[in-house]
Amino acid sequence: MNRFARRAAYRTSMFVLSIVLVVALWEMYKVVGPQDGGKLFGAGVLPRSNDTAMPHVWTMLSRYGRPEVRGSDKRVWVVVLEGAWFSFRLSIVGFLLGSSIGVGLSILMSRFRIVERGLLPYLVVSQTVPLIALAPLVALWGGKLSIFGIEWPRWFSAAVLGAFLSFFPITVGTLRGLASAPAAAVELMESYAASWKQILLKLRFPSAIPYMIPAFKLGASGSVVGVVVAEISTGLKGGIGRLIIEYAREATADPAKVFTAVFGAAALGLTMAGVIAISDVYLMRNRPKETTS
Amino acid sequence: MSAVQVTGVSKIFNQGTPKQVDALIDVNLTVEPGEFVSLIGPSGCGKSTLLRLIANLLEPTTGSVTVNSKSASQSRLDQDYGMAFQQAGLFDWRTVAKNIELPLELKGWDKDKRAARAQEMLELVKLPEFAELYPWQLSGGMQQRIAIARALAAHPPLLLMDEPFGALDEMTREYMQGELLRICAETSTTVVFVTHSIPEAVYLSNRVVVMSPRPGRITDLISVNLGAKRNEDTRAAADFFTGITAVREALRGTHADHANAGAVRGVEDR
Repeated sequence: MNRFARRAAYRTSMFVLSIVLVVALWEMYKVVGPQDGGKLFGAGVLPRSNDTAMPHVWTMLSRYGRPEVRGSDKRVWVVVLEGAWFSFRLSIVGFLLGSSIGVGLSILMSRFRIVERGLLPYLVVSQTVPLIALAPLVALWGGKLSIFGIEWPRWFSAAVLGAFLSFFPITVGTLRGLASAPAAAVELMESYAASWKQILLKLRFPSAIPYMIPAFKLGASGSVVGVVVAEISTGLKGGIGRLIIEYAREATADPAKVFTAVFGAAALGLTMAGVIAISDVYLMRNRPKETTS
Repeated sequence: MSAVQVTGVSKIFNQGTPKQVDALIDVNLTVEPGEFVSLIGPSGCGKSTLLRLIANLLEPTTGSVTVNSKSASQSRLDQDYGMAFQQAGLFDWRTVAKNIELPLELKGWDKDKRAARAQEMLELVKLPEFAELYPWQLSGGMQQRIAIARALAAHPPLLLMDEPFGALDEMTREYMQGELLRICAETSTTVVFVTHSIPEAVYLSNRVVVMSPRPGRITDLISVNLGAKRNEDTRAAADFFTGITAVREALRGTHADHANAGAVRGVEDR
């Protein structure tokens, strides 16, 4: 336990240190960088370092504490938090949807070779469709749907796009994981006359977990990206994606504001990854320590 | 009633293709209840294939296999045998006790009965205090003992073992051989044991089946006269060395280079 606490302390301090380092680099560039951008070997690669393009870190942070709009009693941090919470819930719905589809598909594909051969190429192709093009389409189709008298809510389109980005890594990771059970273990189960379902539940899934966890991490962050992009491109109100767009419009007058929303989105992604990391620690608690990362 | 009856069995992989392999040709073997039979031979002689045919993990191309007077597939469904491999093959995510319970779980035993049997098996392999540990916390020899406990958990009359001690060091290996004999005597289990160690085959067996490759076949059957009770003194006994010499002689000429020269001797025909 002591060893565990020391490792946790070490990791936390490294995390803090990396943030401090980024802040220091940011501020240092503001000191040495050209105010209105600069050319390096003839190309305009050096970004502007003035306060409009790169506000001071403390300006961004203090922006959280000030009202969202002049005269409002709602402070920015409240708005960002509410937006992040809205998008978080959508991401969770998208992630759950994506993981059920992903796990379902991978079971089908591991059961029937023919399904894997036929389906996998299409899944790969599906991921090359630009999300920004797909989002309005999904919102359009969804808007015309009504299942058993229940209208397709607008927010659900965003969750579906979250699912669209999250199911793919989950499918591929789970499929690899299900196939990772050693041949000798499968043979052992067969010698016990175990059914396909018993082999799946008692052998294949437990051996797939080390493969599934990184896949679910990717899927969780994919879901956040999908939801945020969908909010932006379908104009869904209430989420962090919408805030980024709104605040970006005020960037010349209030440059620090857009960064508050961007950090909100980053924190959202980290929270999702954190949820998976916690389940990782729980699920792998009794496994040999070499395999836990 | 014989424990295992193999009659006129051939196993040909990839039949009719350029990659055709005659793994076994016309094999006949009878194992009596309570007998300990080892299969020995150079690699590629089909000893593991023969074991898998008995276990019904493979189907013979021709011929028939019966276990306890039932077809091999029926006896697999009835769990008439337990199996142990070179790798202990314990599941990392299950405690030692839960690993032993696995075959019982698959048979649908209820929880209390399973736990009681797991404890009984742990005592049989002399590791009763390890129930709640995980396999990776045990040494290789302990893991292999748990694998044997798992194979015997449902009290099958037959135990099939494929080089179970192949990955262990010499000291552990000899200890495990003694333990296996004790366990089989206590449970009156019939054993078919694949190995490529001559002393191991002689020390453990009532009969040693000598096999030869390309095509895989039985070339000799050697009875070992060491009596029922064997202990560490047995390893120094004259009969032990006589047995080793006999098996070594029989194996000479089964090596791939001499396979064509060696005539088929003393094939059992009963």
